[in-house]
Amino acid sequence: MTDINDLKNIASQVRRDIVRMVHGCQSGHPGGSLGCTDLLVALYFNQMRIKPEQFSMDGTGEDVFFLSNGHISPLLYSVLARRGFFPVAELATFRKLHSRLQGHPATMEGLPGIRIASGSLGQGLSVAIGAAWAKKLNKDNHLVYVLMGDGEQQEGQIWEAALHAGARGLDNLIGIIDYNGQQIDGPVDQVMSLGDLKAKYEAFGWSVIVFDGNNMEETIETLEIARQYTGKGAPIMLLMKTEMGMGVDFMMGTHKWHGSAPNDEQKDAALAQLDETLGDY
Amino acid sequence: MELKVINYQDTRSGFGAGLLEVGKKNEKVVALCADLIGSLKMDAFVKEFPERFFQMGISEAHMIGMAAGLTIGGYIPYTGTFANFSTGRVYDQIRQAVAYSEKNVKICASHAGLTLGEDGATHQILEDIGLMKMLPGMTVIVPCDYNQTKAATIAIADHEGPVYLRFGRPKVPNFTTEDRPFIIGKADVLCEGTDVSIFAAGHMVWKAYEAVNQLREEGISAELINIHTIKPLDVEAVMLSASKTKCVVTAEEHQMNGGLGDSIAQVLSRNLPLPVEMVAVKDVFGQSGTPEELMAVYGLDTSDIVAAAKRAVARK
Repeated sequence: MTDINDLKNIASQVRRDIVRMVHGCQSGHPGGSLGCTDLLVALYFNQMRIKPEQFSMDGTGEDVFFLSNGHISPLLYSVLARRGFFPVAELATFRKLHSRLQGHPATMEGLPGIRIASGSLGQGLSVAIGAAWAKKLNKDNHLVYVLMGDGEQQEGQIWEAALHAGARGLDNLIGIIDYNGQQIDGPVDQVMSLGDLKAKYEAFGWSVIVFDGNNMEETIETLEIARQYTGKGAPIMLLMKTEMGMGVDFMMGTHKWHGSAPNDEQKDAALAQLDETLGDY
Repeated sequence: MELKVINYQDTRSGFGAGLLEVGKKNEKVVALCADLIGSLKMDAFVKEFPERFFQMGISEAHMIGMAAGLTIGGYIPYTGTFANFSTGRVYDQIRQAVAYSEKNVKICASHAGLTLGEDGATHQILEDIGLMKMLPGMTVIVPCDYNQTKAATIAIADHEGPVYLRFGRPKVPNFTTEDRPFIIGKADVLCEGTDVSIFAAGHMVWKAYEAVNQLREEGISAELINIHTIKPLDVEAVMLSASKTKCVVTAEEHQMNGGLGDSIAQVLSRNLPLPVEMVAVKDVFGQSGTPEELMAVYGLDTSDIVAAAKRAVARK
C-alpha cells in the first residue's frame, strides 16, 4: 500500500516512460496511456494483491488484471516494469525487433505480467469473466480487474459478455471503462454515441460507479469502494472519466495523440512537464 | 484389414460420451455450450457436473474469450457449438485469445460439413479445417466415427495447447474398435495396399474403405490411411505410403481449398512429387438436402473415391 504522494510520483515517472517509449520507436499510443496512468499506478502499487517477483500465468492466490484496450501497452509495460515484473531497462526495447514488449500485449515472448494477448478490441471482458469463474471454481477469493476503452464499447462481444456477467451475478469482477470520450476518428459521441453508458450497464445488472480517473485520491477511494461491492451478487463497472493525454498539455483535449508519436522537440516539451521521480530507464 | 461395422452412431454422440468420461477422469475439465446442449450431446456432462458447466446462451464470441480466461486458473475448457459458429463466426477471438495467447482451449465442433443436411449452406461449413489449420499452434482433429471421436475427446485433455475437434451430425458406421489406440498426430493405417494411397478424414474414411473393397475387385490394391489429425500432419506416414504406391487420393468433407488434400499435396510437392487426386467440395457452397443426396451431388461418394483412385493410378 503505497501512499498518495508516492503514487503521484510513480505516475509522473510512468508518464515520462510512456513519452520516451513512444518517441523511441516513433509509434504507439500515448494519448490513452497517459489518461489511464493514475488508474494503473493505483491498481498495481496500492490496490492489487500481487506477486511481481514470482509471476505465474495461473494467477491463483492473486488479483489479476487484464488490459482489453491493448493499444495502451506503453502504460502497462511501464507500470509492470516499475512494479518489478521485469527490468526497467527493457522498456527501451518497446516495439522493436525481438522485444518481449510487442506493440500490443502478447504472451508468446513470455513477458511477466501478461496473461492474454489484446489489441483486437472487445475481447478482454470475456477473458476476465473466464478468469473470474476460474477463481470461483478454485475458491480463490481474489479479484479480477479489466480495463476497456470507451470506443471499445462499440464492439458487439462486449455486450455478450456484459449480459453474461450481469445475468449470472459474477461478483468478483471489476470492469473499468476509460471514459475519455475520444476515439481514432474523433469524439465518441460523433463516431457512434454510447448514449447513457451508466444506464446501459445498470440495465445489464451491473453496479456502476462514475469517478474522475485523473484524481489519484478519488481513484483510490473508488477502487476501495468497488472492492467493498464485490461478493454482493453483481459485477461492478467503473466509468472512469479521464483526459486523453493527461499530464502533457498539448496532448490533452484532442484525439490527435491517440496513436501518434512525438518528434524530438515535442518529446522534450512533454518531458519538461513531467518530473523524473524514479530515474529514467 | 477387414473392418466391421459395430453399429451406426453419430460422431457427436461419441463427443458427448467422451466428454462425460474425461470429466470424470480430470476435474479440471469444464464445458461451455452456446445453447446447443442436445445437439452436441452434452446432456450427460451437464447432469453429472453442473458446477463445471457454463450455459452461454447464443454468444459464441464471448464463449471463446471466456474459455481462454478459464485456462488462466488452470481449467481445461471444452467449448461446444456447431462447426460454423465454432470457427468462422469467432475466428478473431480464436486467433488472438486462444491461438496467439497459447491457451489450452478445446474447440469442439459438431454438424460440420455437408452431412448436416437439410439446414443448408448457412450451417454447412466447409472451410473450417482450413481456417483452423492456418493458425500457428492449433491442433486439428477430425475423427472418423463414434469410437474414435470419443477417444479423441478424452485424449485432447492431456494435450497442452489449443485443439480444434471436428465431428458431425448423422449416424454413420462405427467401426473403430474400442481398444484401438488414438494418438494425436499419428495416422492410422487401416488397409495396406501397393497401387494407390488413399488418405481420408472424418466421415470419408468409411466411404474410402468401401472404395478400397471395390478397387480390389477391379484388381487395384489400395492402401487406406485414416488421417484423423490433420495438423500436425503425420508426414512420415504420408511419405512412407506414397513412396510405396507412387500415387495418392485424398478424401474429405471440406472444400478442396485449405483442407486435408492441400496439406498432403504440400508435403508431396516439396518432397516427393506424385499424382494427387482430391475428393472434396470444389469451391462451391452446399444446399439443403439429405446427407446422402448432398454427398452424391457434391462428389463425395464411394464411387467418386474409386474414380479418383483410377485417375491417380493412370497418371503414374
